[in-house]
Amino acid sequence: MSAAAPWNIRLAGELIAAEIDAARAFYGDDGEGATALLPILHALQRTFGHLPADALPLIAERLNLSRADVRGVLSFYHDFHDAMPGGCVLKLCRAEACQALGSERVAEHLEVAHGLRPGTGTRELTLQNVYCLGNCALGPAALVDNELHAGFDEQAADALLARLRGAPA
Amino acid sequence: MRIFISRDAAALSVGAEKTAQAIAEQAQALGLERTIVRNGTRGMLWLEPLVEVETPSGRVAYGPVTPDDVASLFASGFLDGAAHPLCHGFTEQMPWMARQQRLSFARVGLIDPLSFDDYVGHGGFAGLTRARTLTRAALLQEIIDSGLRGRGGAGFPTGIKWRTVALAEGPRKYIVCNADEGDSGTFADRMLIEGDPFALLEGMLIAGLAVGASRGVIYIRSEYPQAIATLHHVIATARHRGVLSDAFDIDVRVGGGAYICGEETSLLESIEGRRGQVRAKPPLPAHHGLFGRPTVVNNVLSLAAVPWILANGGKAYADFGIGRSRGSMPVQLAGNIRRGGLFECAFGITLRELIFDLGGGTCSGRPVRAVQVGGPLGAYFPESLLDTPLDYEALAAAGGLLGHAGIVVFDDSVDMAKQARFAFEFCAIESCGKCTPCRIGSTRGAETLDKVARGIEPERNLELVKDLCTVMTDASLCALGGLTPLPVLSAITHFREDFGPRRAL
Repeated sequence: MSAAAPWNIRLAGELIAAEIDAARAFYGDDGEGATALLPILHALQRTFGHLPADALPLIAERLNLSRADVRGVLSFYHDFHDAMPGGCVLKLCRAEACQALGSERVAEHLEVAHGLRPGTGTRELTLQNVYCLGNCALGPAALVDNELHAGFDEQAADALLARLRGAPA
Repeated sequence: MRIFISRDAAALSVGAEKTAQAIAEQAQALGLERTIVRNGTRGMLWLEPLVEVETPSGRVAYGPVTPDDVASLFASGFLDGAAHPLCHGFTEQMPWMARQQRLSFARVGLIDPLSFDDYVGHGGFAGLTRARTLTRAALLQEIIDSGLRGRGGAGFPTGIKWRTVALAEGPRKYIVCNADEGDSGTFADRMLIEGDPFALLEGMLIAGLAVGASRGVIYIRSEYPQAIATLHHVIATARHRGVLSDAFDIDVRVGGGAYICGEETSLLESIEGRRGQVRAKPPLPAHHGLFGRPTVVNNVLSLAAVPWILANGGKAYADFGIGRSRGSMPVQLAGNIRRGGLFECAFGITLRELIFDLGGGTCSGRPVRAVQVGGPLGAYFPESLLDTPLDYEALAAAGGLLGHAGIVVFDDSVDMAKQARFAFEFCAIESCGKCTPCRIGSTRGAETLDKVARGIEPERNLELVKDLCTVMTDASLCALGGLTPLPVLSAITHFREDFGPRRAL
């Protein structure tokens, strides 16, 4: 897991300014609206691991939007979250091609054997559903802390959890 | 003599990095250093990590190669293309490769995707060079003559779209590449971007010339980090080499994990920094697109077909294919299939040939029961319909769609009532919420199928599902709500026996 920086309003402001400048440089007048918003959200989340509540008024002010506008956008996209995920993030593909290779059994196994339901987590691991990782011929596919895995079956899930639980938190 | 090991995300997911490392270490230990080129994948994903060794008579393929195999490969003399249990002979002569008509994917797996010079050395920019000698009208005519239709799924004639944008008035126009490849069972966009990214840039540059646009945007899904990194790398190179400049430049926009942003108007909303909610059409993006400007929105595969068309002529492209489906289609074989991967061929090949002759049937060894063609909004076909040819019209006549040409195979353990329910559930999760049939219909559909499964008036409730599907088809704003009925109804029609009382789903 890449280490997330603690929230820092000055650094956040710099990241936001950089994305706004980039949008205006590329899109000219067209880039004056909210078009930097998604790049800003990605940049902040990449840096701080999540989008803390303090980020909202800052983004809104810089883009001349209301806080509700910003909240509306970030809540629309599955990628953005306002709380720091616990431990390793496992995104298990639940789409059709992986279903054909048993991803539903893996999900059931994670719940029954490890008490993990999508959207929840433990100290070691946060489980999320994802719909297609583009590895559809080698499923079930999973992203483990952003690293793509093929053939993520029940045994692979057990091995991952054993490794996480064996490792110091 | 070089060694080729893929850096495609699928290859990396099965350990290509470790294999490459083990080969490099072993070569060094034996004093047999070789250049290791990290290419795109050949598309034979069941053989990844595939290692190819250059010999005077061509590349020899070995795979799948794990670090444990490396010592024995060196011992048997694989650097000279020697025999080994993992050896498949010359790559180009393998049945999977020899049977293809690789037009758009000709360079994928062959070249170093990050090397500008490799791209040029393999015919790159020949299309752009020719495009620059043509008048705008002649350039548009080449695309119209090619018969190229939108490879994202809708199948709209690309040349007509371009001409509309070319004729639209406006001081600024945009070329938007839709790389939000969210359909399960598809990975061709990712593979093209990771294997031959300059081809996409060249296609966008040609589109820019054709319509008079000076800015291009590639909207790519966040689930593709490897492809995103590749794009940033090659765009920087293209700027450095002067191919991209203020005359035509390209921005990369990363999505936020929303399937609906693959719908073109919702994609435009997303670039503009808003919720990815679809816009009502008209006005068409061709007239009123990104920031209200005339905009071409094309799929990766449509744009990647363009350099070949310009280099070889529209008529040469149209010589491939059948009926109104001209040219070639990169088919993706996925799901429960023994040999999965990407196979580019002219339209007209049947699903059966693809699944059995090339794919080798299911990887579980059980009979094929259902095949979903065209992603989560595509129909489920039973075994009896597998002689349908790959063709926009033929698949539509069989009650389905080609979509992005992903083919997902299921064996006989599949529960089609669950698959139908999932189609509704997926629509509910990914609905942008703008129109009622999609937002509410998807949830009501899933609930009603649950009643069927519980044995609550199954006949009446199935009729209700069909009725609901009619409303969703006719009244949804976009294809998500409008096509979700396709997998649902095809499952009910072809696999009625699965829709009976059972334990709760």
